[in-house]
Amino acid sequence: MSLLSIRNLSLSIGTATILENVSLDVAPGQIVAVTGESGSGKSMTALGVIGLLPDHAVTTGDILLDGENLLDQSEAQMCQLRGNDIGMVFQEPMTALNPVQTIGDQVAETILIHSNTSKRAARAQAADMLTRVGLPQDKFPLSRYPHELSGGQRQRVVIAMAIALRPKLLIADEPTTALDVTTQAQILDLLQGLARDYDMGLLMITHDLAVVSDMADHIVVMRLGRIVEQGATNALLANMQHDYTKMLFAASRHEVALPPVTQSKPLLRVNSVRRTYKMPRTSLFGAPALFEALKGVSFNIDRGERVGLVGESGCGKSTLTRAILGLDPVQSGEILIDDAPVYAGQTPDLDVRRKMQVVFQDPFGSFNPRHKVDRLITEPFHLLKQPPKGAARQALIGETLEAVGLAAADQHKYIHQFSGGQRQRIAIARALIIKPELIVFDEAVSALDVSVRAQILDLLADLSARYGLTYLFISHDLSVVKTVTDRVLVMKAGQIVEQGVTAQVFASPQHPYTQELLNAAPKLPDLHPLGSSL
Amino acid sequence: MNRNLVIGGVLSLLAIAAALVSFVWTPFEHTAMNIPAKLQTPNGVHWFGTDHFGRDIFSMIMVGARTSIAVAFVAVGIGMALGIPLGLWAAARKGSYVDELIMRANDLIFAFPSLVIAILITAIFGAGAINAIIAIGIFNIPVFARVVRGAAMPIWEREFILAARVAGKNAARISLEHILPNVMNLLIVQATIQFSLGILAEAALSYVGLGAQPPTPSWGRMLADAQTLVSIAPHMALIPGFAIIITVLGLNLMGDGLRDYLNPRLRVART
Amino acid sequence: MIRYTLKRLMSLIVSLCIASVLIFFVIEVAPGDSASFMLGINAQEDTVAALRAELGLDVPKWQRYVAWVQGMLVGDFGTSYTYRTPVAQMVADRLWVSLPLTLYALTLSTVIALPAGMYAAARRGRTGDVAVMGATQFGVAVPNFWFAMMLVLVFAINLRWFSAGGFAGWDKGLGAGLWSLTLPAIALALPQAAILARVMRSALLDVLTEDYMRTARAKGLTKSQTIWRHGLRNALIPVLTIIGLQFSFLLAGSIIIEQVFYLPGLGRLVFQAISARDLIVVESVVMLLVFAVIVVNFAVDLAYAAVDPRLRSRT
Repeated sequence: MSLLSIRNLSLSIGTATILENVSLDVAPGQIVAVTGESGSGKSMTALGVIGLLPDHAVTTGDILLDGENLLDQSEAQMCQLRGNDIGMVFQEPMTALNPVQTIGDQVAETILIHSNTSKRAARAQAADMLTRVGLPQDKFPLSRYPHELSGGQRQRVVIAMAIALRPKLLIADEPTTALDVTTQAQILDLLQGLARDYDMGLLMITHDLAVVSDMADHIVVMRLGRIVEQGATNALLANMQHDYTKMLFAASRHEVALPPVTQSKPLLRVNSVRRTYKMPRTSLFGAPALFEALKGVSFNIDRGERVGLVGESGCGKSTLTRAILGLDPVQSGEILIDDAPVYAGQTPDLDVRRKMQVVFQDPFGSFNPRHKVDRLITEPFHLLKQPPKGAARQALIGETLEAVGLAAADQHKYIHQFSGGQRQRIAIARALIIKPELIVFDEAVSALDVSVRAQILDLLADLSARYGLTYLFISHDLSVVKTVTDRVLVMKAGQIVEQGVTAQVFASPQHPYTQELLNAAPKLPDLHPLGSSL
Repeated sequence: MNRNLVIGGVLSLLAIAAALVSFVWTPFEHTAMNIPAKLQTPNGVHWFGTDHFGRDIFSMIMVGARTSIAVAFVAVGIGMALGIPLGLWAAARKGSYVDELIMRANDLIFAFPSLVIAILITAIFGAGAINAIIAIGIFNIPVFARVVRGAAMPIWEREFILAARVAGKNAARISLEHILPNVMNLLIVQATIQFSLGILAEAALSYVGLGAQPPTPSWGRMLADAQTLVSIAPHMALIPGFAIIITVLGLNLMGDGLRDYLNPRLRVART
Repeated sequence: MIRYTLKRLMSLIVSLCIASVLIFFVIEVAPGDSASFMLGINAQEDTVAALRAELGLDVPKWQRYVAWVQGMLVGDFGTSYTYRTPVAQMVADRLWVSLPLTLYALTLSTVIALPAGMYAAARRGRTGDVAVMGATQFGVAVPNFWFAMMLVLVFAINLRWFSAGGFAGWDKGLGAGLWSLTLPAIALALPQAAILARVMRSALLDVLTEDYMRTARAKGLTKSQTIWRHGLRNALIPVLTIIGLQFSFLLAGSIIIEQVFYLPGLGRLVFQAISARDLIVVESVVMLLVFAVIVVNFAVDLAYAAVDPRLRSRT
């Protein structure tokens, strides 16, 4: 008999239908993964089970936990169930904990509100739980505050809170999306182990198909509030029925063909660059500790070359990016583009800036919401000695927008009228419009759904063929870097630990860290070839 | 349009209209004394009654609105003219000594409530409306500087600002082109709030004799005159009090309404 | 924590130094010489000079500044030009009215505002919230000295529960003293309470949308439990800022309210001193007010650290 059984669940908020006839089951000890792109309703399904839907949500159907319909329970009864029978882990570990309460108190609270345990006993139990999730007391005492822990450690605390009373069902909503790949592997391991050890049903919500195929027993694919397909993992992977499922998996493993590199004249030279930050002082009169974000980084990028830079958060990627863009100074070493330094103090050197443009991660934050597209993408004209005017300007705007797959008429719209993928195209148009020598892609496809990401990668390959782009592609996502770069740099703790031809590095990594990264990354199962077209 | 904005707008307009009309017309000359008609309660001839010199309170309220609005308006102007550039500068040079200096100076001014500044200025130059303006205006500078800096700092972290820097624009240009328009809504709302606080502060300063001097009429001084007579002529205290409350209430409601109206996120949620 | 405290303490001292320089030199540029003002326009040159020497006005300004600060450090604020008595004594007497009044009002304001704000936040959008918010709209708009006059009209003149003005003095007992400060304290507190209640409400509403509130709900806490256990302490951080700011507004406001109730506080002293050009008294009172504000801000900074562990470990 199944532990959780959702039957024909429909949900609407106002006039918007969020879920339609969703049915799925979770058995004790079973891991069920619900996957889909943004707007598929997967998170709402999770919130529906634990009864934390937005106030105005209207539901029909049944959510049975051990045969009892959760939708019929009073709020007081639901409070009894939450934490006791159902636990939940959320996506954002950085904000999921109360910043002004110790982790011990927060874990013990779950125990205290549901039982008559003494405070002391609850704390002892909390200590056990924290140890179980990988935070032993000698290193992470109960008196720690959340801000003293890393993202992965905080997620462990959230998990400890959720499983403190050994609930029958654990819901995890994108539990590793905000984490680095090596941390992600550890957290997924932990969740898997907990489900097995405690015979706990695990309802896992994730957009990452590799994670899904790696750990789920059963997969549910959702799209626009409906389940398009579900089944036991092996059966579903081997025999996908629905086009959407096929498309999702194809897009996740999407590869592009880059044109060959034709020349080898150096464009960007980074020579033993160091950058240190002062840390907040820890002792009263001691000198402030120094944090070395970049410890002597050197590499070159040739004209026409597409170089990837991978590393986890805190490895110095962002510092390096800002330094290359000439936004921040470095303490020693030099960064030269065509033999001219990229950083020229407070007053930017326009001759140098003209050679570089950038595309950022966040398709929502990279544009001034008050300007129209034509003004947005022509901002780099500021760098030109004689920016095109009149008809020439119009022609260039139109040509550039069309090059990135939009229409010339789109220039008269505001940015909020575009989807995330379209915004990223506009960001590329802005980078492209002055034909820079080098484009830096800073996590440029990380915030996109897989199907949109595949399209943007195609666009990159297309533009490379047409304009012979040179770019530096910075990402934490190894699978993407693998396909859109010729050469890759692996960065760890402020140093480049390995660099080489992309295919070689991925095939036979030399440095232990590269090996660790590649091992930790969840992989899509190698099934029968599906073709690379969408 | 939301309700707060409409009600607040109407009430504020009432005060502004009274001030403007008073330039061309008042029922009586506001300084004309008429001792036989003193201390009349509101009636058909003197709509708001008369004071202890027999002056028409309605006319005095109208002319008093001029003083209140002018003082508050110029004081807010001073605060914005100096506070906004300072706040933008501090945000652009976040963490530098410029930022530190501006913010510490702000803290320091905050330690001198506007009344204390008024006391200092009056001790030096004597009382008067100009000094009230300066006192309130000085206190407004750090208010605007803080609001602008606080709102600008997260915007400086946004990627479109980095993109503008990559496009070679300097801090001053980015501040004007990208930061200022994006904090404008907040500034409009803050300005209405400071305007209403300015009216209250002007009334308080005039009440204790540090503001507008006779014969310039002012709501605060009317209240000071009313104080000893409050038991026999309560209307002398009630009417200027209501004038202040209506104006300040109107401005505050308008501020709230504007905040909701200008916040695109809320506007979308509402439609 | 020690480091944080010391750093705040340093900034307190620096602020005080700069404030004292500002106050002293701003008043020193005042046109009109205290000595000639005191003696009237018909005074002989040499009489004025003698008085100047007696008041210590004939030495260079910076020396007088140093002497002024040194004096204040040991509680000697100089001698009043007009009353010829020690300023410290005059100020101390008045302070025993103004300071209790301010603290009384601050307590009232906090005690009224925090529950009102919490109540409104908990009933967001419902009748209770609308009523509280409507009341605060009026509270914010009412000038406190006018409100004071209305209180006098109703509770002193008509109902005769209180005397219309004056101060009973502390020697008649704490109760009598507090009783005569009650109307002034209410007049001061209510408009500030209106502001504070609004801040409390919006701080709580902001906190309600935080992720950790949802985490707490997922543990099985009820809505009100999450507010009490997790929301309140986080919402207190912005509220503390406003309480700190209110102290300075209340202190300044008390100077005005004293005029309505004829209270022998700092306000009366400073206005008399201004009209008599008794600059040393003005200087001292202003310095004292600024000192109080800066010290309270320091206390608020410490309270921050008590509420927020992130501040304790940083900087």
